[in-house]
Amino acid sequence: MMKVLVTVKEVAEVEEDFEIEGTGIADRYLEYDLNEWDDYAVEEAVQIAETGDDIEVVSVTIGPERCEETIRMALAKGVDRAIRVWDDALAETDLLDVAAKTRILRAVVEAEEPDLVFTGVQAGDDSFGATGVSLADAVGFEWAAVVNDLDVDAVLDESVARVHRELEGGVDEVTEVDLPAVLTIQTGINEPRYASLRGIRQAQRKEIAEKHLADLGLDAEAVETDVRLTEMYEPESESDATIFEGSAEETAAQLAQVLREKGVGAE
Amino acid sequence: MSSDVLAVTEHRRGGLRDVSYELVTAGRELADEAGGDLHLAVIGGDVEAFAEDVNRKGVDYVHTVDRGEEFNHDVYVRAVEALHAELDPAVVLMPNSVNGLDYAPAVANALDLPLVTDAVAFEWDGALAATREMYNSKVETTVEVDAEAVAVTIRGGEWPGAEGTGDAEIAPFDVEIDEDALGSRVIGFEEAGGGDVDISEADVLVSVGRGIEEEENIELVQELADALDATLSASRPIVDNGWLPKNRQVGQSGKVVTPKVYLAIGISGAVQHVAGMKGSETIVAINTDSNAPIFDIADYGIVGDLFEVVPALIDEFEG
Ligand SMILES: Cc1cc2nc3c(=O)[nH]c(=O)nc-3n(C[C@H](O)[C@H](O)[C@H](O)COP(=O)(O)OP(=O)(O)OC[C@H]3O[C@@H](n4cnc5c(N)ncnc54)[C@H](O)[C@@H]3O)c2cc1C
Ligand SMILES: Nc1ncnc2c1ncn2[C@@H]1O[C@H](COP(=O)(O)O)[C@@H](O)[C@H]1O
Repeated sequence: MMKVLVTVKEVAEVEEDFEIEGTGIADRYLEYDLNEWDDYAVEEAVQIAETGDDIEVVSVTIGPERCEETIRMALAKGVDRAIRVWDDALAETDLLDVAAKTRILRAVVEAEEPDLVFTGVQAGDDSFGATGVSLADAVGFEWAAVVNDLDVDAVLDESVARVHRELEGGVDEVTEVDLPAVLTIQTGINEPRYASLRGIRQAQRKEIAEKHLADLGLDAEAVETDVRLTEMYEPESESDATIFEGSAEETAAQLAQVLREKGVGAE
Repeated sequence: MSSDVLAVTEHRRGGLRDVSYELVTAGRELADEAGGDLHLAVIGGDVEAFAEDVNRKGVDYVHTVDRGEEFNHDVYVRAVEALHAELDPAVVLMPNSVNGLDYAPAVANALDLPLVTDAVAFEWDGALAATREMYNSKVETTVEVDAEAVAVTIRGGEWPGAEGTGDAEIAPFDVEIDEDALGSRVIGFEEAGGGDVDISEADVLVSVGRGIEEEENIELVQELADALDATLSASRPIVDNGWLPKNRQVGQSGKVVTPKVYLAIGISGAVQHVAGMKGSETIVAINTDSNAPIFDIADYGIVGDLFEVVPALIDEFEG
């Protein structure tokens, strides 16, 4: 029996043109989707589950009811069941910092007792890049950050995670960590599947358990944060680019002239 | 608590990484504002040589922890914890590098410090206020920390590297680490495969990003590359999708390129991409989104649909 817990976040993507209201982007300019890195984490967990009958994959998200659509996508791809943590106290905070997320996810890990936890390297919206490793320290698991290769046989047979950590400049570090462990998953580690029609149908019957803070033995203090978002603004454009105006043909002609001047395309 | 700053340097395979010198600059800036000293930690590797090297202007103390050759996150966490217990600094400053991401959050959690990652600027006024980006650099934010002590990681390339020779006190720092308690073991390194072309050698790169939408559309940019006598490269998602091989990837975890001309087509200009191409002589961006950060570093730009502009450009060179 083995259990893999995958943390997933529904992230907001901003449309090309948008407006800032207070310390956030007006909701009408936001589109929601499963965090790109979490999609790879889900796939990695599901691939492990497919190697045996006795392997359960559970997803957890901290987010409002709206997220359920995104969680269903993870269920449709093969996650067995999901937990969604939400609370009035959470609705009131405008930034869930790493410490607050760690306290919540820690309670979930302690209740579920997984052998492996997968998170994404980062959330595409606020990009702390920190939740997985912070969580590992909080629950006393080993960890590895920015993992782009995992030896699944070693997980199953030896209870170690033998991983590649993708460093800067095309160099991988090969590292071994004992289980239980938290791995933060980098894109490219696998090819995330599309949900099949059958998967989507099955996902409708899978459980998404809603948990309030009290259900996890936490109170509102757990989500009080010392890191406050006090300002959001559009950065001043540093651009001194020459922008060509006109139709595609006109702009292409202007660009072609510049390129030729630089010797591009000259035989 | 002191008003000091403790900055943790980074090295790999025998050399200090640039961010170490940037940490000195950023750390000095904060230490001046807080009215304290700047301490550096050098953990592992040739600590004496590294300590001499980072002893740049503005450094007050360098603490060396002579432990192992390469980065190991368990060692880093223990060492920073022990230094923190000794110095009680107001700020622990770490790099927002891949290795930084592998220990800084654990340090913050272990020391119960609020954590601000990927800071691009900050101020100290009794507490920290930092500037960070969100939504793929589309907006900037200010985050204020309601605590007297904080852990911060800084983005590489945002502060200039410190220069000049400092007169810091360099001393070894002993940390007790139980070898058996280390749950992680670094086995070695592997280089990404070489492949058929070396994009860092090319004079002209036609680089394609997620704006291309489908694998079969790669043909279109290949055609442009052929017409321009250029080499085709890509942003990460194109490689992750398996549409082009890894040796074509430009960026932090791919290749650093400095061609005469770099055409970014349907690439947003995420920080990890820009890290690999900002040194190009001339940068051209073609993107539907006039707010895309790639335009901030471009010399020439077309705000338009690549599926219209690229064919027109091919016509210009082939027609
Ligand atoms: C640790 C780490 C390391 C990383 N390393 C790298 C790296 O080495 N290299 C790298 O590239 N990334 C790297 N990334 C990923 C990086 O954060 C971005 O996700 C990635 O660069 C985005 O690629 P993109 O610009 O192609 O896609 P997107 O950000 O999705 O941008 C697509 C762009 O295409 C434009 N577009 C859409 N349709 C059209 C059209 N019809 N015509 C014209 N324009 C269009 C859009 O406006 C948008 O700007 C790394 C991330 C992490 C966390
Ligand atoms: N609200 C959330 N709910 C569940 N998981 C999350 C949440 N926020 C972050 N995570 C997980 O932590 C990873 C890193 O996020 P971050 O540290 O916020 O950049 C994400 O890829 C998710 O797997």
